[in-house]
Amino acid sequence: MTKHVVLVEDETNIAEAIRFLLGREGWRVEMLANGSNAAEVIRAAMPDLVMLDVMLPGKTGFEILAELRGDPACSDIPVLMLTARGQARDRDQAMQAGVNRFMAKPFANDELLATVRELTAGRVS
Amino acid sequence: MSKTPLFLERKRYRMRRIVDAIRILPVVCAVLWIVIPLMWNTAQEGQAATSLSTALWYIFGIWSLAVAASFALWRRSKAGDEGTDTRADDASR
Amino acid sequence: MVALNQLIGVCLVYVSGLFLVAFLAERAALRGRGGWLLRSPLVYTLSLSIYCTAWTFYGAVGYAARSGMEFVTIYLGPSLVMIGWWWILRRLVRIGRSHRVTSVADLISARYGKSNVLAIMITVMAVVGVTPYIALQLQSVTLSLTIFASSDPATQGGTINTAQAAFWVAGGLALFSVLFGTRNLNAKERHHGVVIAVAVEAVVKLVALLAVGTFVVWGIGGGVTDTLARIDASSIGGWQAKDGRWSALIFLSAAAFLCLPRMFQVMVVENDDERHIQIASWAFPLYLMLMSLFVVPIAVTGLALMPADANPDLYVLSIPLTQGQNGLAMLAFLGGFSSATSMVIVATLALSTMMSNHIVMPIWLMLRGGGAQRSGDVRAVIIRARRLSILLIISLGYFYYRASGGSGALSEIGLISFGGVAQFLPALLGGIFWRGATRVGALWGLAIGFALWSFTMLLPSFGVDAALSQDVFDRGLLGFGILRPQALFGIEGMDATVHAVWWSLSLNTLAFVGISFFTFPHPLERLQGAQFVNVFDHSSGPAHGWTAATSGADDLMIMSQRILGAAEARAFFDRHARWQGRIGSLPSPTPGFVQALEREIAASVGAATANAMIGQIIGGQAVSVEDLLAVADESAQILEYSSQLEAKSRELTETAEELGHANQKLTQLSLQKDSFLSQISHELRTPMTSIRSFSQILRDTDGLTPQEKTRYASIIHTETIRLTRLLDDLLDLSVLENGQVSLNARVVSLHAVIDQAVTTSLAGSARAIAVHRDPAAEDVDLFTDGDRLAQVFINLVTNAIKYCDSAQPQLRISVTQTGSELRITFADNGSGIPADAQALVFEKFARLGNGGGDGAGLGLAICREIMTRLGGDIRYVTDADGTTFEVRLAATLVVDRGRSLLPA
Repeated sequence: MTKHVVLVEDETNIAEAIRFLLGREGWRVEMLANGSNAAEVIRAAMPDLVMLDVMLPGKTGFEILAELRGDPACSDIPVLMLTARGQARDRDQAMQAGVNRFMAKPFANDELLATVRELTAGRVS
Repeated sequence: MSKTPLFLERKRYRMRRIVDAIRILPVVCAVLWIVIPLMWNTAQEGQAATSLSTALWYIFGIWSLAVAASFALWRRSKAGDEGTDTRADDASR
Repeated sequence: MVALNQLIGVCLVYVSGLFLVAFLAERAALRGRGGWLLRSPLVYTLSLSIYCTAWTFYGAVGYAARSGMEFVTIYLGPSLVMIGWWWILRRLVRIGRSHRVTSVADLISARYGKSNVLAIMITVMAVVGVTPYIALQLQSVTLSLTIFASSDPATQGGTINTAQAAFWVAGGLALFSVLFGTRNLNAKERHHGVVIAVAVEAVVKLVALLAVGTFVVWGIGGGVTDTLARIDASSIGGWQAKDGRWSALIFLSAAAFLCLPRMFQVMVVENDDERHIQIASWAFPLYLMLMSLFVVPIAVTGLALMPADANPDLYVLSIPLTQGQNGLAMLAFLGGFSSATSMVIVATLALSTMMSNHIVMPIWLMLRGGGAQRSGDVRAVIIRARRLSILLIISLGYFYYRASGGSGALSEIGLISFGGVAQFLPALLGGIFWRGATRVGALWGLAIGFALWSFTMLLPSFGVDAALSQDVFDRGLLGFGILRPQALFGIEGMDATVHAVWWSLSLNTLAFVGISFFTFPHPLERLQGAQFVNVFDHSSGPAHGWTAATSGADDLMIMSQRILGAAEARAFFDRHARWQGRIGSLPSPTPGFVQALEREIAASVGAATANAMIGQIIGGQAVSVEDLLAVADESAQILEYSSQLEAKSRELTETAEELGHANQKLTQLSLQKDSFLSQISHELRTPMTSIRSFSQILRDTDGLTPQEKTRYASIIHTETIRLTRLLDDLLDLSVLENGQVSLNARVVSLHAVIDQAVTTSLAGSARAIAVHRDPAAEDVDLFTDGDRLAQVFINLVTNAIKYCDSAQPQLRISVTQTGSELRITFADNGSGIPADAQALVFEKFARLGNGGGDGAGLGLAICREIMTRLGGDIRYVTDADGTTFEVRLAATLVVDRGRSLLPA
């Protein structure tokens, strides 16, 4: 079974890098550049993992997260938040909002892959 | 001696005291003229009245002194008014 | 022996001489000469000597012969007033001068709101009060004539008809007074002639009395020591002070000295220079002392030499006569005559002024009703009124003399007068020292005092059964035991004079003060009260305000001519016209001018009448709010203080507001800065993320296709360029802000610059925007740094491309040139910038909303810095429809076509 990740990221170059990295690991990467319909897409796809940028056109990463966590169906989908605003305040805010992991950009590729594996270890058979 | 604030202050101070004296003088005169004669003896049994010559000396004596004092105060205050230089002020001491 | 006819001849010569002196003085004054004498403190002091009347000249000796030293109280009181000039006189004179007061009635009426009722009342009281005094002069002159007649062999039986003599004396005095006092048609000016004549008479009476005194002490008495010994040995040789008379009489004489109309006339009205008061403060007590010096010796000598039935009031005359000193007797007679005449002249002058100003003029005005501006010379009316008043007053004196039987001792008659006029004292002193004194209080005080004085002093003086029946004396008025004229309220055993003075003045004061407490003054009264009491604070301050007159100055002019005289009125009006800058025409009736005119007229006819006359023409006066505030100094100060506070608090509020704004801005800036830091972090980290990730991929991943390698390397390249641009922007702004930028100014075409900007912006843009331009208007050459200006334009066009939210984005670039500046406007058809964000668009790091865009929010901040450097500015146009920016350049930067003009 192919592992499925929804990646919400407006920077196409970064999205491409992540798709390359996860693709090599056997993930199917569904990419969204806009935040406005992200929650619906995720709800429909029920992926194994969601990766969210914070500063997005349409909706912010936090808004999308809140929608997911408010929906019992998808409340336990692991969420990895990636942000270029790597301040401690943003990290706290993200953890409170219920993300599973928070990563500051720029990230090391290994680190990203390790985190993804860790988040999906129990879920993906 | 040049004009210094200290000097001007002193002059103004002196003028104030002259004005004080001008104010007090009539009170002093009134006391001397009105109150003192009330204590004099009048011709009653067993005692001689204060003599008229004594009364004359007293009343006119006070009168002369009052005129002199009033005159002196006038001179003083006139000197104070006009004396803008130090010499006039020193002369009036 | 001196023949009566001879005596009368000497008198006539003397009077003629006086008249001549007065005439010369008037003429000199009119020609502006002789001021050194007419306005000298000596003349002022000597004119005060009208206090010493025939009562002093003859009566003092009689008084001393009867009561010993008590006579001296009459001179100690005035001496105290003069020595204490600082307290009361200084104030009275200043008020009199600043308010052009004409009489004591005028002063009191002016103080209590220019009340005519009060003026009439005081005038009547003064006339009644002074009548015995005039009678006293008649009596003394008649008596002195009798003495001469008795020693003149030409008169049968040594007597003359005293009633007839008194009549002739009265007639002579009346004529004399009319000629002297009203000879001068100008009623306003100081009476120089009278004053100088009075001064001459003052010298004559002093010399006469001193001559008699010297004769008595050294001619008869054998020196000072012997005389003193005889004084002690005489029947009045012991000190006698009866029941408080000593202090009561000193007080009474001091009060009368201030209140007597004639004293007020010479002391206040005729005062030329306030400094004269201080000179008089020692000179006049000196004069009084000299006048009193020989009184006791003369009295004692008279008692020793003259028969027991001789009238002690005439010792001054009879001693020289019996000693055969005819010349001395003649001198003494002239002294007494001088005393009497000078008193009568000045007293009738003062009283006639009061009567004409306060009684005749108001009645005349009322009868003529509103006719103050009609034709007819008011001055003629005034003069006639004064002459009639003089005749009336002297006739009253004559009738009093006849009614009182001419028998009373001179001193007792004088005291009655003193008691009458002393009733003014509470209202007078209260008026100048106490702001709370009211008109009603003054009226009641005066009425009660006057009634009590009449009942206890004046009416009893006519003798039992003359005015008051024996029954009233014994059982009280209407049978009420407490209303006995010499034992009011059942208090007996007091000296009659002390009793009368005590009750009348104390109840007068009580009523005055008590009623003042419970009544409320009207505005004009409060205004005048404040001016009088605080005369030294604002003697030239504002009086009440006449509202700017609607009626012309013509009416005022006509009225003034009739009161002041044509020439003088003309001069007055001209002077004010000049001050108003209206040379050659009448002054406009401003409140200030009308007020000055009122004071000028008041000097002729008194405050109340002047006020009424002006009121007839101006049609009412307004006591403005400002006036009322000026009344209450304290409240004015409080108001000023509170307005200062208000201003301060307004200032504070403004400052606080500014601070609030600044704080808000700072907070916003701080937030802005935080968000910029996040932004800058984001902007830096975003390209770094791609670079790091792909560089790792390139390094660590085996088996990448060449296409992949190329693609990933070019991504890295693009992102590094993006980083570089961001850093460039930051550096650019920093350099611009620090003023280290070097401008490369040269002549450039505005059209070319805009071309460059539009082309550059559109080239790198994904969105399309329609740009509308006006090439003709852009055809301007500028001397500026074209690259920098292009940078600004690029920013604006790029922003429009990025942020214009219209479906069909359009940008209109227009150029307008006004006199001082060149404007290049960039207007898009979007929805504009929200109002709350407008203030921040030019701040650094501002970035509106979450919109896309790769800028870091530095663009407009850079634009602003550039425009400042280029000598222009850039602003957001708030009242446009879309987002509109306006770039302004100083017109001096515009270079005319065809001329390569470089600014210096």
